[in-house]
Amino acid sequence: MSLFLAKRFATLIGTLLFTSIVIFIVLEILPGDPALLILGIDAQPGQLEVLRQQLGLNDPAWTRYWHWVGGLLTGDFGISYAYKVPVWELIGERLQLTIPLAFISMALTAFLALVLGVYAAANHNKTGDVAIMATSQVGISIPSFWFAILLILLFAVHLGWVSAGGFPGWGAGLVPALASLILPAISLAIVQAAILARITRSSVLEVMREDFVRTARAKGVSKRAVLWGHVLRNAMIPVITVMGVQFGNLIAGTIVIEQVFTLPGLGRLMFQAINQRDLELIKNVVMLLAVFVVTINFIVDMLYVVIDPRLKVHDV
Amino acid sequence: MAALLEVEDLHVTLETSRGPADAVRGVSFALERGETLGIVGESGCGKSMTALGLIGLLPERARTRGAVRLDGRDLLTMSEGELCGIRGNRIAMIFQEPMTSLNPVHPVGRQIAEPLMLHRGLNRAAAREEALRLLDRVGIPNPAARIDAYPHQMSGGQRQRVMIAIALSCNPDILLADEPTTALDVTIQGQILDLIRDLVDERGMSLILISHALGVIAENTRRMLVMYGGRVVESGPVGEVFGRMAHPYTRGLFAAIPRLGDGRARDRARPLATITGTVPELADMPPGCAFAPRCDLAVDACRLAQPPLLSIGHDHVAACIRTDHTVGVPA
Amino acid sequence: MSDWLARAVRHRSFMIGGILTFVLLALAFVSLFWTPNNPYRLNIRMRLKPPSLDYLLGTDAFGRDVVSQLMVGAQNSIVVGVIAVAIGLSLGVSLGLIGAARRGWLEELIMRFSDFTLAFPAVLSAILLTAIFGPGSLNSIVAIGIYNIPVFARLSRAAGNSIWARDFVTASRACGKGAFRITIEHVLPNIVPIIVVQATIQFAIAILAEAALSYLGLGTQPPTPSWGRMLNEAQTHVFTTPSLAIYPGLAIAFSVLGLNLLGDGLRDLIDPKLARQR
Repeated sequence: MSLFLAKRFATLIGTLLFTSIVIFIVLEILPGDPALLILGIDAQPGQLEVLRQQLGLNDPAWTRYWHWVGGLLTGDFGISYAYKVPVWELIGERLQLTIPLAFISMALTAFLALVLGVYAAANHNKTGDVAIMATSQVGISIPSFWFAILLILLFAVHLGWVSAGGFPGWGAGLVPALASLILPAISLAIVQAAILARITRSSVLEVMREDFVRTARAKGVSKRAVLWGHVLRNAMIPVITVMGVQFGNLIAGTIVIEQVFTLPGLGRLMFQAINQRDLELIKNVVMLLAVFVVTINFIVDMLYVVIDPRLKVHDV
Repeated sequence: MAALLEVEDLHVTLETSRGPADAVRGVSFALERGETLGIVGESGCGKSMTALGLIGLLPERARTRGAVRLDGRDLLTMSEGELCGIRGNRIAMIFQEPMTSLNPVHPVGRQIAEPLMLHRGLNRAAAREEALRLLDRVGIPNPAARIDAYPHQMSGGQRQRVMIAIALSCNPDILLADEPTTALDVTIQGQILDLIRDLVDERGMSLILISHALGVIAENTRRMLVMYGGRVVESGPVGEVFGRMAHPYTRGLFAAIPRLGDGRARDRARPLATITGTVPELADMPPGCAFAPRCDLAVDACRLAQPPLLSIGHDHVAACIRTDHTVGVPA
Repeated sequence: MSDWLARAVRHRSFMIGGILTFVLLALAFVSLFWTPNNPYRLNIRMRLKPPSLDYLLGTDAFGRDVVSQLMVGAQNSIVVGVIAVAIGLSLGVSLGLIGAARRGWLEELIMRFSDFTLAFPAVLSAILLTAIFGPGSLNSIVAIGIYNIPVFARLSRAAGNSIWARDFVTASRACGKGAFRITIEHVLPNIVPIIVVQATIQFAIAILAEAALSYLGLGTQPPTPSWGRMLNEAQTHVFTTPSLAIYPGLAIAFSVLGLNLLGDGLRDLIDPKLARQR
């Protein structure tokens, strides 16, 4: 492993550690007494004390922190205040929906953005380019949850092709399950695709102005072959950087989109947890989301090394 | 027999934010097989645009007019597909910036092999073999180890050698070298020029060498064009041009070369000469001789109409009507 | 200056963006004094009515006038946008300028912290904050504002660094001017244009984020009209009265589009060279 990746890995661990501390402070210390939250304001002092004892709330903050992090590392995510079941059970069930949803929409985002962005760059300033740029400008301006409602209006209300929401579960078969994820995935992808298409276009245009592109053309390589063989790989660095950030946005977006389509995913779990002030659940879901986001960014860093040989040098 | 390459009244017009600008305005010359031609002039005089215009690699919105005939076939009217078959195959080009002219994400061997696979139909293995031989020929030490190196792992001089290997790969008839040494260390410049000259001799290629330095042209080419404001202002065999220096601009370029010994006590009276003023903007060239605003010898007639190319000696012409004040007068 | 104006008038996205933004501001301003109907008045007898002369876009499930709600909703979006951008801008630009002026570990710390904060998408951090402090307009504004801090901090640090590297700054340092004075006299005025451009874009993002939060019921609370909450209420009746779900969305989309176009246009007009690259 190169020094670059070793450094990035250290950053990953550091970020996760820092994140966990922030989450702990924000969710365990700022809101006040969890026991009071669980039992409500009318709770008897005796009951509160028993619960505090049970939850280990009388320990110093820093013992509780280590207890939590240690639990995370061994797969013990604690017990949900509201549901009274292990948090991991709740999360595990919901992940079955949210992870496929996030990946489908990320794939959709990347596909749309690359095709449109490269096409626009290859036809710079021509009609196709102008049309794609105008469309993407509109795409960026649309709230994704409104776009989702419009999709429901068109495909569920008007055409009646799909149901307006809900998820039959993977047990109902692959096709019905995937079908119920299509509209949510499109709603999530459209805004991100619009942003990414613009980034792709400007990155490709920038690389097309580089000297080595002229060299390739001087070798007799055709414009199209230069685009695919020389430009694209060089243009990918900013594109995958943005894709990494967008993955985080997609995951956050699921909170809203799952609400629109009443999908029983992680986002909706999070939303319910907030409404019920189930801090134990929130804490762990947020930490899990942070792990996702940070890991994706680490994968993006690894992709840099695959794409750009200059980063393989050991002194980066 | 017709020349290998005939350029006839080549015009290049660029789209700029201030409207169309004529970067090249009527350049004509012929290049015989095996001949070496230098093009000299300040930056912005149109020499690079001429070179790029020859092989159809101008910026997207540039337009060309005139004719560029390779073995009698006009490159300017060729389809893009046909041109791709000529570029890198019959006409190859080396650029000024070796640091940025190679693709940073591909190993150099692959970049040398690309034209071989494209034009000579070699398979990957055969192209790699050939790339190895080329690397060796252009003087890269230990080519077997360097063939898989990436450009960033090489020095500027080595990268320019790789560029030369790419240009040579398909044994082109014409090598276009646009300021091939300008971006390199002085010590490396000589080596690269020697390499280019050796290769040109060895393979009987024609060479078009573009430079802003008269010395580079004098040492490496037999004929030369002096360009100013998009036009050829003087052309002829290198010895003729240096011997007589008919155009005031050529004399100015020559006088501006610093010489060893300048600045010693006895020379203090003669400071390094410069050409006063700057190259006029492309978009607003004067109607007459483009050099007139900077020329000591300019008279009203110079400013009124573009002076024609007048014969100065055998195969030697200059676009100046005041040559009676220049030819034979020491610079 | 007149040259600048001439270019601005000819610049298509700047003009379209400017007009859309002006309409947004005008609607909000007018609604301070006058709306066609009282947007707060519930009237069950008039619920879910189609458009009429009295109710140009019809009424919602509580019989409230949609047009009036949209107009007052514009106020809400503008207030959220302005405060959220103001929070991010004031703190972010200060941090960024300190980073540019001080360099070293302080700059590194500020940037690391920005990276970390930016890794959390706006909606997620806003949801977290509302989770702790409870839903409400103020909390969501603060949450969006906090997200804006690192955006402005990074931008002004990068821009500030490039100004610090310029010759005229070196010259004033040679004259013995302190870092604070140089920042105020030279750095800040030079980065104002790009800050303004970014503020326009962040304004648009704030409107989007607030709409999402209100849609979830975590942002603006009833009875204050807000476009996001109108969409939430409209979704229940999407089968019977789909138009209710259209207008608030259009209002959001046009406002955001206007601000985005305005920002892009400003960027083009300020720096034509940059614009051509985009």
